[in-house]
Amino acid sequence: MLKKRIIPCLDMKGGRVVKGIRFESLIDAGDPVETAALYDRMGADELCFLDIGASVENRGTLFEIVEKTASRVFLPLTVGGGIRSTEEIRKALNAGADKVSLNSAALARPEILTEGALRFGAQCIVLAVDVKRDGNSWRVYSHGGTRPTGHDALEWIVEGARRGAGEILLTSMDRDGTKQGYDTELIRAVSRAVDIPLVASGGAGSLEDFAQAFEAGADAALAASLFHFGTVDLRELRRHLIWRGFPVRPPMDIPSLGDSHG
Amino acid sequence: MADSPRTAVIDYGMGNIHSVSKALEATGHRVAIVCDPGELAAFSPSHLVLPGVGAFGEGKARLEAGGWICILEEWIRNDRPFLGICLGMQLLFETSQEFGTHRGLSLFQGEVVPFDPGRSKVPQIGWNEVVRKIDHPLWTGLPEAPNLYFVHSYRVRTPDIEIVLGETDYQGPYPSMVGRGKVAAVQFHPEKSQTAGLRLLENFGGF
Repeated sequence: MLKKRIIPCLDMKGGRVVKGIRFESLIDAGDPVETAALYDRMGADELCFLDIGASVENRGTLFEIVEKTASRVFLPLTVGGGIRSTEEIRKALNAGADKVSLNSAALARPEILTEGALRFGAQCIVLAVDVKRDGNSWRVYSHGGTRPTGHDALEWIVEGARRGAGEILLTSMDRDGTKQGYDTELIRAVSRAVDIPLVASGGAGSLEDFAQAFEAGADAALAASLFHFGTVDLRELRRHLIWRGFPVRPPMDIPSLGDSHG
Repeated sequence: MADSPRTAVIDYGMGNIHSVSKALEATGHRVAIVCDPGELAAFSPSHLVLPGVGAFGEGKARLEAGGWICILEEWIRNDRPFLGICLGMQLLFETSQEFGTHRGLSLFQGEVVPFDPGRSKVPQIGWNEVVRKIDHPLWTGLPEAPNLYFVHSYRVRTPDIEIVLGETDYQGPYPSMVGRGKVAAVQFHPEKSQTAGLRLLENFGGF
């Protein structure tokens, strides 16, 4: 049976891991390659690198960090932030990324989703969407959540999937950094609207929040500060989710190979 | 190590090969990425890996354009150590329905068919169990049903159950690990499957 995924996210700025509370007040907290290696040992299902400075400051993401990480850590990597062209997608994939997440670039030019999917396969094109509640619906924001767009979230996500996105990374800006739990109403609405995998993001504060996200229809749940500052232990989280009846990888699938390699 | 496998990874322009070569290096392989048959001959490998992500038709066309078809056929018919990964597994079969009907290498019997987006989400992205069906050196040190990482929208269907080393359940069981002699292929990504995947690559080195 396909497992629900737990994805630690490394928010990066200037080559370092940071975590914004509501995208602001950043605390510098570590080397990305070392952090990725730590999450690998703890048994993360995937890792997500988001260059949160990139869109705002108009610069490319740090493919070197991806390459260093992919040389040491053998688990799936998603890279996002400031990727604007199929050429940049190609560079990210060649550096060792498995998936590339597109946010502002897809809003500015939705054709990039189709171009990327045709050239590299839909499975590596992730549409990242930052949304904020607006009455009974959700509105899409661009440029790291700093600029409102005219898009309704559900309409944009359906369009993105139709254009070629193979996965949705959905961030609730209302919940991001609050630790009040994922926006399950939003997750329900999106998972009803599209039939591609959905990664929920924004608001995780407890073990049970992950269960709630999965119950609402998420295929994966992403969190940053929660794991980063050790609030939630990945092994403990897996035990909780197994106890709640969700299919996840067991805390330790097979023993580590130790020093026999390398 | 003097006896470590010399492993060539074929680069035919279908997806990221960085991770595959790094994971092979981490498991004791001496790796060379080869872009044409000349480079392959110069490296004189003991082991051959065909990775690949992307569309079947384009993958086959690129193998043809690169002059790889005869080399792969000869390598596999001579039962030399071979590992196909993802698209590199699917290409070994007879036909695919991905964007029209395409002919594969026909080294294994069977076809490549799409998952049904009406039944569950497509692509299948994530960790799923590979249940052991036939014992094989690739399984050494692995549990009966390890979790491995999958990303794909098409899967293999084969009438030849004697090649099915492992099965995975997504819209029903399908072959996710096949092999005969020293020729094996996997639908999942061992290079992205942490310790279980690395163990499998190490086992391949022992072929």
